[in-house]
Amino acid sequence: MKDWPGLFDLAVVGGGNAALCAAITAAKAGASVLILEGAPRAYRGGNSRHTRNFRCMHQGPMFPLTGRYEEDEYLDDLMLVTKGKTDESLARLAIRSSEDCLPWMMDHGVRFQPSLSGTLSLSRTNAFFLGGGKALVNAYYNTAADLGIKIAYEAQVQHVHREGDRITHLEVVVAGQPLTVKARAFVLASGGFQADLDWLARAWGPAARNFLIRGTPYNRGVVLRDMLDQGAESVGDPTQCHAVAIDGRAPKYDGGIVTRLDCVPFSIVVNRDGDRFYDEGEDVWPKRYAIWGRLVAAQPDQVGYALIDSKSVDLFMPSVFPAVKADTIEGLAQEMGLDPKAVRRTVDLFNAACRPGPFHPTELDGLRTEGLKVPKTNWAWPLETPPFYGYQLRPGVTFTYLGLKVDARAQVHTPTGPIRNLWAAGEIMAGSILGQGYLAGFGMTIGTVFGRIAGKEAAAHVA
Amino acid sequence: MSLDLTPGAEARRQIEICNACRYCEGFCAVFPAMTRNKAFADGDLTQLANLCHNCRGCYYACQYTEPHEFALNIPAALAEVRVESWERLARPQAFARVFQTQGVAMAGLLVVALAWFFWALTLWRPETGAGFYAHLAHNTLVMIFLPAFVLPLALVALSVRDYWREVGGGRVRLAHLLRAFDQAARMKNLSGGHGEGCNFEEGDRFTHRRRIYHQLMMYGFLLCFAATASGTVMHYALGWEAPYPLLSLPKLFGVPGGLMMVAGALGLGVLKLRADPALGAARVWGGEMAFILLLGGVALTGLALYAATGTGLVGPLLATHLATVMVLFLLMPFSKMVHGFFRLAALVAEAGKGNPLRK
Ligand SMILES: Cc1cc2nc3c(=O)[nH]c(=O)nc-3n(C[C@H](O)[C@H](O)[C@H](O)COP(=O)(O)OP(=O)(O)OC[C@H]3O[C@@H](n4cnc5c(N)ncnc54)[C@H](O)[C@@H]3O)c2cc1C
Ligand code: SF4
Ligand code: SF4
Repeated sequence: MKDWPGLFDLAVVGGGNAALCAAITAAKAGASVLILEGAPRAYRGGNSRHTRNFRCMHQGPMFPLTGRYEEDEYLDDLMLVTKGKTDESLARLAIRSSEDCLPWMMDHGVRFQPSLSGTLSLSRTNAFFLGGGKALVNAYYNTAADLGIKIAYEAQVQHVHREGDRITHLEVVVAGQPLTVKARAFVLASGGFQADLDWLARAWGPAARNFLIRGTPYNRGVVLRDMLDQGAESVGDPTQCHAVAIDGRAPKYDGGIVTRLDCVPFSIVVNRDGDRFYDEGEDVWPKRYAIWGRLVAAQPDQVGYALIDSKSVDLFMPSVFPAVKADTIEGLAQEMGLDPKAVRRTVDLFNAACRPGPFHPTELDGLRTEGLKVPKTNWAWPLETPPFYGYQLRPGVTFTYLGLKVDARAQVHTPTGPIRNLWAAGEIMAGSILGQGYLAGFGMTIGTVFGRIAGKEAAAHVA
Repeated sequence: MSLDLTPGAEARRQIEICNACRYCEGFCAVFPAMTRNKAFADGDLTQLANLCHNCRGCYYACQYTEPHEFALNIPAALAEVRVESWERLARPQAFARVFQTQGVAMAGLLVVALAWFFWALTLWRPETGAGFYAHLAHNTLVMIFLPAFVLPLALVALSVRDYWREVGGGRVRLAHLLRAFDQAARMKNLSGGHGEGCNFEEGDRFTHRRRIYHQLMMYGFLLCFAATASGTVMHYALGWEAPYPLLSLPKLFGVPGGLMMVAGALGLGVLKLRADPALGAARVWGGEMAFILLLGGVALTGLALYAATGTGLVGPLLATHLATVMVLFLLMPFSKMVHGFFRLAALVAEAGKGNPLRK
């Protein structure tokens, strides 16, 4: 900090993908830049360090992407998941700009690889980072350092000080010491608020305290709250968050990708009382995994139990923790803390409703139960071949939807007009485009596109 | 890393996390190989460990390294299993345990060898002979070195056979050998997958240094080996005895080979000092460093011996050079030297198993 100038051209709040894209873009345009990353160095990079790919439009094959994926198809995919809850012009901007991101990312150190094993369905639409999101974050930090960008870790921004239509300075606590940071322009890229359980509990109800947070514990929405309190315009449903069903034994925070479970389509899923509550075979897993977070969240104690028999145990990606295993259904129920009689009854009812027919794990096989209140419409194989396996499921929160409303220049607004020297990028403004649902790889696209826009606008502002 | 786990159990714990993640699939051969299994037998771990080149890419790219509770450190975990496998498959195991770990042990053996050669040189000085054969007759040399080379090599062969059994290697075809030699010749697994090198000595930045120094060492060593081999042929088949002039095969191979080895040893030594010891098998750091110095010593004394031709230094330099060579040979099954044999075996076995990602 000794070598910091008294006034930076640009101060960037956050240290994930969006922050780094903004900082690098501005520095290359000649601005002096400071990155304020709230996390310690070992945890730098927010949720970006847990990612694996971004969704990229392209008009023809372009390493590592196959085929082509054009604007309209991309937009259709987005419309489908958001059920129309999107700002179409911002969405088109993000989609169109994504094509240009790929070469930009490579120029700044990111490397790509063909889609990972088990994700072939994404090889056309999503470009995978070689080594995953942390490798991407590392590459950007190296590029930033080479560009002379100053980087402060454990630098928690507490307050963004506004006077009229301008931001004058930030109040920051750096490694426990309060500090005022002055700059001529500011970019907010500090992610969502999903790590603040109190906030989640206020929005969702006390059940939210049983949720697991898949990403960084440092995205607590402090800056978002501060801006909302100052009347910044917001977008996105404040009561909603994106949650998937993950392994109940995952750490409270930061369990990341490995805690996901892909077993549901080949299981029956029961709740605490041993009852099934939703069609496990409704669709292929990539299309359904995002609804299971909510389904489990709605069950008593926010917990579910996926039960499998040995016929199906090798049909899905390995899990990070070994499954609970037992030779009988009752034994399995016991080990998982469930009422053996209730589970036995559910399994017997289910098995009796299964019908013979061909079973195809990789396609909708139409092998369905008959006569159940909660049917299973594909992959309905009776649970009868020991040993039996079980996983506990809990809702794992990926991100929140509430954010700052921005325009096509990534500028932040109050009801009286734009704040002249303030831009936002990434998760903190993603609600502008992603009002509901989720499209794999779109979070990083939004961060990269709007990070670059914010960096460019901020640099032009101070030039 | 948890201290209460054996190397195998700790590696298994970590590999099972990777297998649910797979983000590092593009770095090297280890991660694709891992996708063949859901559970990992000891032999699977031995194979994965010997495929790993300790490039450290998967450490710096991992979102689960300490202080995260998953505490991943794949380069170290695999290094521990790897060294453990070399020790366990060596015979006698006790020798490997001592020399893999302790540079001091190697230095001690060197002192003994030095003393012995100085003594032998005064004792066995021949009546006639030119060059260094004036100090030690050719036949005496062969008598000493042939068994010192062949016996350790035989021990290595037995270890590699056991390795093959343990990892379930199949029938070897020419294509597998070609593939493995090609990968070793280019050190493909140190390329980072993107061809920009590895993360050995400069944190999360990629450099080619380790690959370059390693290749200088490896090809330098092979050239020196070729020098000795061509000298042997010339001696027996052509009746042309040492000393050889600069424009002869032994010297044309030997001098550049020796220079490459010296440069390689210097480079590898410096990189090792700069690299984070916690990302390797920390307990064998001393043994590995000693091995690098020994290789450098073999080359340096060989070059010095050549430079000193005709001077009074030939005697002591010859003793020193022969002592270093002797130690290198004797320790072949018990030092880092075995890594070459195991690494090749792992690559051949992997070629035989086929690429699991292109089923
Ligand atoms: C497990 C997991 C996997 C995912 N996989 C993908 C994927 O493959 N593809 C994809 O597109 N998206 C994925 N996402 C979503 C993706 O992570 C986000 O959309 C994206 O990372 C958002 O980037 P960002 O820069 O806005 O936020 P982040 O990367 O989360 O960065 C926010 C930064 O702000 C810092 N910060 C927070 N508060 C403060 C403060 N008060 N002061 C200073 N700094 C602060 C944090 O420390 C952090 O560095 C995944 C998310 C999770 C949880
Ligand atoms: S080292 Fe870490 S990032 Fe790489 S595959 Fe393993 S768990 Fe994933
Ligand atoms: S250290 Fe390098 S070679 Fe070893 S497993 Fe990791 S990425 Fe592969």
